[in-house]
This record gives sequence, structure tokens and C-alpha cells, in this order.
Amino acid sequence: MAEHILLPEGSIEKQTTTLNLGPTHPATHGVFQNILEMDGERILKSTSTVGYIHRAFEKIAERRPLYQITPLTDRMNYCSSPINNMGWHITCERLLGLTLPKRVDYLRVIIMELARISDHLICNSIVGVDSGAYTGFLYVMQYRELIYEIYEEICGSRLTTNIGRIGGFERNFTPKAFEKLEKFLKEYPGVLKEFENLFTRNRIFMDRTIGCGPISAERALNYGFTGPNLRAAGVDYDVRVHTPYSSYEDFDFIVPVGSTGDCYDRFLVRNEEMWQSLSIIEQAYQKVQEFKGAEAEVFHADAPAYYLPEKKDVYTKMEALIYHFKIVMGETAIPAGEIYSAVEGANGELGFYLISDGGRTPYRLHFRRPCFIYYQAFEELVKGGMLSDAIITMSSLNLIAGEMDA
Amino acid sequence: MALTNDIIQSRLTEKFGDQLTDWHQPYGMLTFTGPKELNLKVLQFLYDDDELKFRFLTDLQAVHYPDDKGKELAVVYHLHNLVDNVRIRFKVFTDVEKPDVFSATSLFSGANWMERETYDFFGVNFIGHPNLIRVLNVEEMDYFPMRKQYPLEEQTRVDKDDEMFGR
Repeated sequence: MAEHILLPEGSIEKQTTTLNLGPTHPATHGVFQNILEMDGERILKSTSTVGYIHRAFEKIAERRPLYQITPLTDRMNYCSSPINNMGWHITCERLLGLTLPKRVDYLRVIIMELARISDHLICNSIVGVDSGAYTGFLYVMQYRELIYEIYEEICGSRLTTNIGRIGGFERNFTPKAFEKLEKFLKEYPGVLKEFENLFTRNRIFMDRTIGCGPISAERALNYGFTGPNLRAAGVDYDVRVHTPYSSYEDFDFIVPVGSTGDCYDRFLVRNEEMWQSLSIIEQAYQKVQEFKGAEAEVFHADAPAYYLPEKKDVYTKMEALIYHFKIVMGETAIPAGEIYSAVEGANGELGFYLISDGGRTPYRLHFRRPCFIYYQAFEELVKGGMLSDAIITMSSLNLIAGEMDA
Repeated sequence: MALTNDIIQSRLTEKFGDQLTDWHQPYGMLTFTGPKELNLKVLQFLYDDDELKFRFLTDLQAVHYPDDKGKELAVVYHLHNLVDNVRIRFKVFTDVEKPDVFSATSLFSGANWMERETYDFFGVNFIGHPNLIRVLNVEEMDYFPMRKQYPLEEQTRVDKDDEMFGR
């Protein structure tokens, strides 16, 4: 640390400067605050405050039937809400003991991997923005748009998707959706390549990010890091491999790992994960196309007590009418049980801890939000570093305020 | 040899005897309960033991059971052995009048905010926590909102005069 002139004894001035980074600051990319004690440009101490957009999801969930909780999960990590939705559906299906047809699993994999790409795309391009390269961000935005159009074709909404239902999807994928998926698969590799060319071996970008905000594997594990941030530190933990869900065991992919856990490694791991996601989507699309005849029309499991029947059946069949009424009014009892189920969210292990006492709503529901848990390491990561490094570290951790505060 | 639930159970019973109770395996995850005075000892043993190696704290939260007198609050630890890929769930129960539980922050840095969150919503007092203050709610709040005595507001209540929201 640089030599500096000390203030005279008894001075009312402080030796250090207090700087408020956030809660509404363009560089925090979300509503959270960091109170920094600065010695010139260096950070001596940082104190994080979160909770500005806390919406009491866990409390609300205790009053809602299962299917009404899906829209709450949308609003956690809103950059990849389909993964949250699917994670919640999978938790419910495991609790209810439903097994899904393979085609539904593969369609879900397509959606989840698209969501992962859109999330990593935003995170990586924001790292670019914060290190002074705006081009990548604006350029990839239009390809995230393609992903959002696919969501729109499937479920009708774009950001907070509420996609899928317990037991499958709300409707089959239209030919238009597959057409858009094909377009994306055709165009996106070229764009990702170009995006990599802009950054990966860019001298300025490398100088800004290598050695910036590093964390060792031990510290990362101790802090409860998961997802790309943990893998960048060199631990190959991935829920998709360790506890496969939605038939991930049928796919062939690599779990990329870094070594130093700094911003550059996090960037590289995310980039490589996008390539892997693309390959998973291609495999899944191929598997979906292999279904012929009646099998090619399957888009939900046969679970009449939990899956909303088709509207035309509701008008003509008594059972369908009864189930429709019971599901919509939230009068379906959930079997008593206790389950922890996790999916690999775009920024880490997204877990759902659900306790049911046999009532119609969960007795207790806890969301394990990955970025809430790893954000506490931020104070340690930026200590002694420069202010501008802290900003890059923050964006490369992929912090989503909505998920942190739940 | 892969680590199975039976091995974990016998290792723990060997060490702690019958102090750990209520062994069951909902959906395949080994779940057990221990006395709250022992929580750190059990976590430390699970962490240090060469065979068990539960060194990753996945999640920590509480559950409120208002009808169980004397053990209303349950603090639930989800631990993960990343090498053998086994998860377990460990619970300690505490009285809601005196909800003191030892903090796991000395073992897991990640427990810091998880315990603050648990304190924030359930009022579990983690002894030895370096900075036990609210994390998501406002500091001025004087109750613990996730406890069951605070139900969500009834949508039909009439005692509130709020024209903007039509009631």
C-alpha cells in the first residue's frame, strides 16, 4: 500500500473515505449496496447490504397451491427464469412421485439450456461493458432476443416465463418454435465465435480481468460457491452430472473448469459452457426428432390429479371437470413429505427445500439461492483491490438482485 | 467403497451413541436429529472424519412447528460430500422462548449470511456469530415474520381503509 501523509493527531477528518456503491448505481446491475472504506483508490473494507427488493416469497408460498408458486420462481433469477420454473416443477414431481415421458425431459433440457445461454451471454457481455467494451453487449443482445422469441412461441411470455406445468408443458411445441430453434442453432455459433474474438485474447480485456477478484478452491467451497464461479476455481461440481434430473444423463457434455477463480477464468468457463449448452441443445433436438407417431405428440405426463386437463375435455368429461376445478381452486392435497431437490441454475445450485404436512400448500418452502450465498464472499474478494476491479468482480460473479433477495 | 447412508449412520452412532435420533431417509436423503448443544460437534465430526468428509454446507434454514412445545424451531443443515456425492440432512430443535444454537460460521464461512437470514425470519439466536443482524428485512422490524403466528393478511379484511386498493 502506498505511503501517505497522516492527518494531525486529534483531527476530526478520517484517514479514509467512505464511498457508497449502490443501491442504485449503474455498475451494480441490480439493487444492492456496498459501503466501501477507501484509501485513495484501494478498498480497505466493504460492507454489503442486500434486501432492497425482498418480496417474502417463502412466506407467500405457504399460502399458495403448488402451481401458483411457479410465477414466484420466475422472479428470482429473471435472466434465466425457465431454469427456476423447471427446477420447481421437478421438485414437485419428485415429491409427488411422477415420472415424465422422455420427450418432455428432452424438451425441458432444450429450454433450460437456452436459458443458460441467455444468462451467461448477459453476464459475460456485462463483464465486457464494465471493462470498457460496450460492443459485445449490444451485439449479443439481438441473439438473446432470438431465445426470448422461442420462449414466446412456447409459453407466450418472454422474461418472467412461467413456462411448463407440473407434469410437463402447457402445450406442445409448435412447428414455428422448432423453426426458431433451428434458426438460433444455425446463427448463434458464428455470433459466439465473434464474441469470443472480441474478448478472449483481447490484450486490454485480459489485463483488466486476469488476477482480478480471485478465489481459491478451498475458500470457494467454504463459502458455498456453486456453478460457474466454483468451476472457475477448479472444482468440477455440476448438479447436472452429480444428481442428474430431466434425463441429463442421456447427454454427452464436458464440465469446463478453470484454475485461478479470477474474473478471466469465470469468463472463460461461462463461454465454454455456452458451447456445451449449444451441443446439448443439438443433441436434445435430435432426440426429440426421433420420436415418431403418437410419441411425437407427448408433451405431458399422465397425472390427471395435478396436470390441468384440456379445455375441451372440461366441457365434455366429468372427471376432467372435477380435476380442473380442484386444481384451479388449489384443492389438491399434497402428500406429506420432505424433499430437497436441486437443479443447476445459470449461476449455481438452485435448491428447493419443500416440507409438506399433507395440506394443500407447502408447510415450509425454502429456496437455496446461489447468489445470496456466494455474494458474502465479495467483501473478501475485493479487499485490498482497486475500485474498478471491484466493479468487474461484481459483474463477473453474476449477481441477480431478484434472486438474492427472493 | 462408495459411501452409503448405512455407513454414515453407523459411523455417527459409533461416535455419538444414541444422542442422534430420528433416523429416516425421505426420498433417499439420510435425515437425523441431534441435541442442539451438540450441533457444532456433529458438524465438526462430519467435516473432519476421513470417511465422511461432509465439507460443503449446501443450505441452512429453520422451520417453525408451533405445536411442539419446547422444540418449536428446527434448524436444518443440508450437507454435501462432494467427493462421494452424498447429501445428508441434520436437524436440531430448540425452544422458541430461548432459541440459542451454536453458530457454524467458524466451520463454514458461507454460514454467515445463511444464519443471518435464519435469524432474520425465525429469530434463531446463533451464539458465536460475528455479526448477527437482519439481512433481508429492515433493521427496525421487531418480530420474526416467518414464524407461524404471523399469517399472511386475509384478502377479505374490512378493518383497513385503503381506497387505492379498493377495500
